[in-house]
Amino acid sequence: MIEVKILGTGCIKCKQTEQIVREVIAKNNIDATVEKIEDIEKIMQYNILSMPAVVVNEVVKIKGYVPKEAEVLTALS
Amino acid sequence: MFNWTQEFADWLTYHIFGLVKGNHLADAMNFFIYDTIKIFILLFSISILMGTINSYFPIEKVRYALQKRQWYGFDYFLASFFGTVTPFCSCSSVPLFIGFVQGGIPLGVTLAFLISSPLVDAVTVAMFMGMFGLKTTLIYVLSGIILSMIAGIILGKMKLENLLTPWVKQIIENKQKTSFEFQEEERTLIQRLPGITKEAMTIVKGVAIYILLGVAIGGLMHGYIPTNFFEQYISKDSPFAVPIAVLIGVPMYTNTAGIIPIMQVLVQKGIPLGTVLAFSMAVVALSFPEAMLLKKVMSGKMLAIFYSIVTLCIIISGYIFNWIL
Repeated sequence: MIEVKILGTGCIKCKQTEQIVREVIAKNNIDATVEKIEDIEKIMQYNILSMPAVVVNEVVKIKGYVPKEAEVLTALS
Repeated sequence: MFNWTQEFADWLTYHIFGLVKGNHLADAMNFFIYDTIKIFILLFSISILMGTINSYFPIEKVRYALQKRQWYGFDYFLASFFGTVTPFCSCSSVPLFIGFVQGGIPLGVTLAFLISSPLVDAVTVAMFMGMFGLKTTLIYVLSGIILSMIAGIILGKMKLENLLTPWVKQIIENKQKTSFEFQEEERTLIQRLPGITKEAMTIVKGVAIYILLGVAIGGLMHGYIPTNFFEQYISKDSPFAVPIAVLIGVPMYTNTAGIIPIMQVLVQKGIPLGTVLAFSMAVVALSFPEAMLLKKVMSGKMLAIFYSIVTLCIIISGYIFNWIL
C-alpha cells in the first residue's frame, strides 16, 4: 500500500498534477491512497521551495512542475 | 537574423494566399505571420537559455549559496538575478518565501527574489524582444533587476520581521535547527538538454494561444487606430500618466503574451514607451491573487507596505524611462 500526497495550494498546475496521479493509479491498478494537502503550514513541513509536489511514502519525489504519466509511474514503483 | 522570416511571410501572403500587396488585409496578415514566427523562435530560444541557467542553478542551490556565507549586500543582486531565470508560478511564492527565511536568508533578500521572479521571465522577455526590439528589452530586464534590488534593500531596512504572521515567526525562531544541504547534480549539458528542451516546449505551448490572439488583436488595432491617436490624451509630459497606468496595472493578473502586442500598438499610436513599460511591470510583478497567497505569511500591514514600496519603485522607474527613452 503506497501513500501518495499531492502538495499544492490549489493552482491549476496542482490540480493537473492530482488528476494525472489519480489516473496513473487507476490505469495501473496500483494499491495507493491519494491525499491532497492544501494547508500551507503542513506543506512547508516537507521543505519544498516550489509547487506542485508529489510525495510518495513521505518522500518528496516530484516538485515544481506538472509531471508526465511515465514519471509518476516511476515515482510510484 | 529574421530576414528569412519576412521573406517567408511575404511568400505566404502574396503568393500562396494571393493577396495584393498594399491591401489592408494583406498587410495585416503579413505582419501577423512575421511577428508570430519571430516571437515563437525567440520564446523557444530564451526558454532554452534560461532553462539551462536554471538547470545549473536550481532554486535549492541559490538558497544554499545565499545562506552559507555573508555576502555584504551582494546577495540582493544574486537574489534579483537568479529570480529572473527561475520560472515563477504564483502558487510557489509562499513555499519559496518560507524556504528562504527558514534558511536564514534576510527578509529583504527574500523579497528581492520574490519581486524579480515574476517581473522578468522568458515569456515577457521574448515578447518584449519581438515587439519592441533588443534595446527596450535590455532596459526592461536591467531595470527589473535593479528595481528588485532597491525595493528589497528598502524593505530589508524597514525591519518588517515583526509583521510576519505568527507561524512564520515561529519558523524563523527555529531556523537554527534546520540546515539545508545541497546535492550537486552530476549531469553534463548533453544529458540535461532533453529535459530543458521539453520544459521550453511546455512554456511555448502554454502561451501559444495568447501570443496568437495578442498579435492578431494588435494587428487589427494597428490598422484601425489613427496614428498619434493617443497623443491628444496622454502626452509624455503629463505628470499623472505613469502613476495612473501603474495603479491600473497592479491588481491586473494578465498573461503578458497577450497584452504586450497590444501595448506595442499603443506605443506606435502615441503612448510614451516608459509609461507602457511601467504598466507592464505593474501587471506582472504584483497581482491581486498573489496578494491573497502572500496573506498567509504577511500581516495585512506588511502586505500593504510591500505592495506600496514596489508600486512606488515601478512608478519612479516609469518616470525615469520616459526621461531617458
